[in-house]
Amino acid sequence: MDNLLSIVIFMPALAALILAVFLRGEDEAAQRNAKWVALATTGITFIASLFILFEFDPNDTGFQFVEEGEWIMGLTYKMGVDGISVLFVMLTTFIMPLVIAASWSVTDRVKEYMIAFLLLETLMLGVFMALDLVLFYLFFEAGLIPMFLIIGIWGGANRIYASFKFFLYTFLGSVLMLVAMVGMYADAGTTDIEALLNHQFGTEAFSLLGMQVVGGMQTLLFLAFFASFAVKMPMWPVHTWLPDAHVQAPTAGSVVLAAILLKLGGYGFIRFSIGMFPVGSDVMAPLVLWMSAIAIVYTSLVALVQEDMKKLIAYSSVAHMGFVTMGIFAANQQGIDGAIFQMLSHGFISGALFLCVGVIYDRMHTRDIDAYGGLVNRMPAYALVFMLFTMANVGLPGTSGFVGEFLTLMAVFQVNTWVALVATSGVIFSAAYALWLYRRVVMGDLIKESLKSITDMSRRERAIFAPLVVMTILLGVYPALILDIIGPSVAALVTQYDTALAAAEAATQFAGN
Amino acid sequence: METIILFAPLVGALLCGFGWRIFGETAAMWIATGLLFLSAILSWVVFLTFDGTTEQIQILRWIESGSLSTDWAIRLDRLTAIMLIVITTVSSLVHLYSFGYMADDPQWREGESYKPRFFAYLSFFTFAMLMLVTADNLVQMFFGWEGVGVASYLLIGFYYRKPSANAAAIKAFVVNRVGDFGFALGIFGLFFLTDSINFDDVFAAAPEIAQTQLTFLWTDWNAANLIAFLLFIGAMGKSAQLFLHTWLPDAMEGPTPVSALIHAATMVTAGVFLVCRMSPLMEFAPEAMAFVTVLGALTAFFAATVGLVQTDIKRVIAYSTCSQLGYMFVAAGVGVYSVAMFHLFTHAFFKAMLFLGAGSVIHAMHHEQDMTNYGGLRKKIPYTFWAMMIGTLAITGVGIPLTGWIGFAGFASKDAVIESAYVGSTFAFWLLVIAALFTSFYSWRLMFLTFYGEARGDKHTHDHAHESPMVMLIPLGVLSLGAMFAGAIWYGSFFGKPNEVVKFFGGEYTAPAEEIKKAVAERSPKASELKYVMESAPGEAGIYMAPENTVLHEAHYVPTWVKLSPFVAMLVGFLVAFWFYIKNPSLPGRLAENQRPLYLFLKNKWYFDELYHYVFIVPAMWIGKQLWKRGDGDVIDGTINGVSMGIVPFITRLAGRAQSGYIFTYAFAMVIGIAVLVTWMTLSGGAN
Repeated sequence: MDNLLSIVIFMPALAALILAVFLRGEDEAAQRNAKWVALATTGITFIASLFILFEFDPNDTGFQFVEEGEWIMGLTYKMGVDGISVLFVMLTTFIMPLVIAASWSVTDRVKEYMIAFLLLETLMLGVFMALDLVLFYLFFEAGLIPMFLIIGIWGGANRIYASFKFFLYTFLGSVLMLVAMVGMYADAGTTDIEALLNHQFGTEAFSLLGMQVVGGMQTLLFLAFFASFAVKMPMWPVHTWLPDAHVQAPTAGSVVLAAILLKLGGYGFIRFSIGMFPVGSDVMAPLVLWMSAIAIVYTSLVALVQEDMKKLIAYSSVAHMGFVTMGIFAANQQGIDGAIFQMLSHGFISGALFLCVGVIYDRMHTRDIDAYGGLVNRMPAYALVFMLFTMANVGLPGTSGFVGEFLTLMAVFQVNTWVALVATSGVIFSAAYALWLYRRVVMGDLIKESLKSITDMSRRERAIFAPLVVMTILLGVYPALILDIIGPSVAALVTQYDTALAAAEAATQFAGN
Repeated sequence: METIILFAPLVGALLCGFGWRIFGETAAMWIATGLLFLSAILSWVVFLTFDGTTEQIQILRWIESGSLSTDWAIRLDRLTAIMLIVITTVSSLVHLYSFGYMADDPQWREGESYKPRFFAYLSFFTFAMLMLVTADNLVQMFFGWEGVGVASYLLIGFYYRKPSANAAAIKAFVVNRVGDFGFALGIFGLFFLTDSINFDDVFAAAPEIAQTQLTFLWTDWNAANLIAFLLFIGAMGKSAQLFLHTWLPDAMEGPTPVSALIHAATMVTAGVFLVCRMSPLMEFAPEAMAFVTVLGALTAFFAATVGLVQTDIKRVIAYSTCSQLGYMFVAAGVGVYSVAMFHLFTHAFFKAMLFLGAGSVIHAMHHEQDMTNYGGLRKKIPYTFWAMMIGTLAITGVGIPLTGWIGFAGFASKDAVIESAYVGSTFAFWLLVIAALFTSFYSWRLMFLTFYGEARGDKHTHDHAHESPMVMLIPLGVLSLGAMFAGAIWYGSFFGKPNEVVKFFGGEYTAPAEEIKKAVAERSPKASELKYVMESAPGEAGIYMAPENTVLHEAHYVPTWVKLSPFVAMLVGFLVAFWFYIKNPSLPGRLAENQRPLYLFLKNKWYFDELYHYVFIVPAMWIGKQLWKRGDGDVIDGTINGVSMGIVPFITRLAGRAQSGYIFTYAFAMVIGIAVLVTWMTLSGGAN
């Protein structure tokens, strides 16, 4: 199959189109049909994506399954995956069926809801597969829209504020990236990502508005992309949209946001910042490392005092993304391996945690921590699942949460021990806020009248959690499943990065003489 | 066989925890217990047939990234073999004991099923602990390290309806994480230095590490000292050493079998095990080891003082544990790792027995734990009384002075620690002797308050006090054998002549170099007969003692008064306790009245909890709140809202339709805008 990637990408969009055109009415039958179509499509997409995984050759560090063709207005359509992106594709196709299944109780505008999610899947897959700058940008930005709508239409009471905050934040960040992309095209004469990865962007320092720009054009390009990716991650201090967006989003929206959308920024950092602007990255790395370390401690402390479950988990997500950026800009094998691992693992764990909130939100319609307490008395299965993911979230060895944290910390220790020290202290805070949350919600006696008749997880809910539980433990015990696939590509990237830095260093010395 | 030892408890935990609905409660519990006994029997076979050569068994690949390569693997050497029997023996007995102790727990309501969960946790704990001691690299050890932390968290919080139990569980986990923070940094540092975290590579590199300077934070450090220190912070957390000890007394919220297994015999000794395991590195880190010695001695002293005035029977034993762990660290700190392991080994038996005995008392007294409500129980629960008596004789160190080994288990090992301390550090020696006096006092105080004198407290409870069932008494009997004989039997292996000890731990010995002999003769003329020192390179044997490290040898030649001092301390402690609680029972109360500030200081555990509350917890919460409301709210959002409040109305005026508030239009317009913009820019860019 030559166009496997296109099939995987556009299958959900096609289903969305079919739903939009052919499904009529708002009655129960129509709703059910919409749900089943969405579930079947995402399921088949996942199965189709498995073919990518099985056919993928980890030892080939180039792009595979490449498709290239003419597109409108002289633009190129180019798709492909390598060791860095292929697992993000898998993560997306894996999470989406679970997300649809978790939306079974939605009753408001079901058809539109499903269309939004299906479109979102296509767009997110596109980001990870696109090998053309323009294409990447379109997918990257257009992905905002379905998410914006999901929060704005199916969200909570304060959804308009949250959706605008989400949109403005992420959109404003992107404007600079767009400018940079134009600049890149002007410099390299191509929008082909594969070619751009091999293009040397200028590194000679020059002065701009009276300031000396070390690293030259690469630093400027880096900063422009940084504006966009840092917001998407989100990194401190541009993280404040995330807690609001999570709180207002419906459960499924939160899951997608945490599990997949947050990974776009990290993927972008690895693909563009490290891959194309090594010198710029190197110049800015100390700043990014410190921002990451601050993020870990700052947001963990903030998480400690939250009253809203989703907000707490959202802040915890920001802290975990701090490990990701820290690993990436440690820029060694353990760091980038760890960052990718952490992103994938966080996809399962945070997704599961938001689903955990969803389970009790569906029953009690509140996310207020104080409204709960003693759930273990009536919901033992739920308590078990929540415990597992709480422990995974605090990075317990044996769960997938450990590997990423461990590798990124180990990586940054080699670069900057201060950052390592500050970031490692995050393991203390994360234990504090996560267990404190668990205690207030699950432990204790069941005193509150309103909770006395609460029921344990249904069979559907258990089925949704099962794959996440399996992945979390499996990857914790045998992380080679991921590391074997990403390893060679990351090694190639790191080598390229180091070579570029050495070359730039040599050039500077030469110029100095 | 090692693989079966390791995984039998895991299988037991899973079968019991998830399968009890299928097999039924009792069957599930027996499965878990049976598998543990299997593991225990095999462990003894391994221990007794072990020839000392290190074995490694690969199981599965684990984290591999670049030059980092770690496996799930078993490392079997003498150190591991010792831990195997300690863990599986105590654990299997505790499983058995729990059949009786947990039979009808008043914490639970009619019809609630809690027993399989309890057994599953116990078995899971055992698995994690075995992972810790069989690890072949530091990350796997860290897995076990955190795994036992989780098991401990789950078991301390086992009575999940009790707020105090939940609080104690979190405290235990978080305080341990403070230690783990140091441990993790130590691992990172080792990887940075040696490019590996497998024990073999690290140990082989140890002499080189000692010569390396490592830049950490603001300055350069001697790498060996720094790493040893960081790893020791981990050990401090797990082994409840001073400053990170606060969780251990609170951990008594868990059911008593848990206290015996986790918080006395096994998990809390993990720190000691870590220091001994890392002995090839520790030997090159003299400053760090001096710190270990001082901190161990301070802990031994501090915990013993607090133990003097506690009235909760379990808390007394908890502080006693904390104090005894200090002894072990002193032994390790002065470089006699075998003696640290010796005390760990004997302590596991007698302390587990004291806890299980206390559990038997508590069981008899309908879960009353306050000793002021006990008294005169000797006749009511005679077997328990005798078990506790043996435990007390063991912990206070009763034996025939100057023979070295003829006595209860604690006599042999504790005296060995104190004699080694005298050689290594006078400061530690004196603190340990004083602590030995206190130990004797609080142990006998416990015995007298519980079993002698008048019955105090609720009369009804006393009338119905009953001896525990056989399943609880058998473990006590088995452990009392250990408490009586473990010291005498293995004295030579742990604290014999250097050649015996080295051989036991699987190393080679050789004649010492002349200058070492000379140095020893100068330091202590009596000990000039030094015949053997360790020859094996770091990491080749279970423990490593550098050829210059002759403390083990010199400890046998300390002055007679030093050898007698722990015995005298023990006697004094006993006599004072006898006078206070048998002869003149009103005296302690009067003394507490007269010395009220001191009494309160000790009663409130030197106010560590209060101090930490105000120094760490309150500020953390306050900072969290400030960062949230001020940082996120006012500063970040304030700035961004300010900016967007300027932009949004501007855009709104341009696009009149957006005012309808229909967001879809708004969004759609934006997308079209982007698409047009991109296309235009690319095309015009292409024209250049």
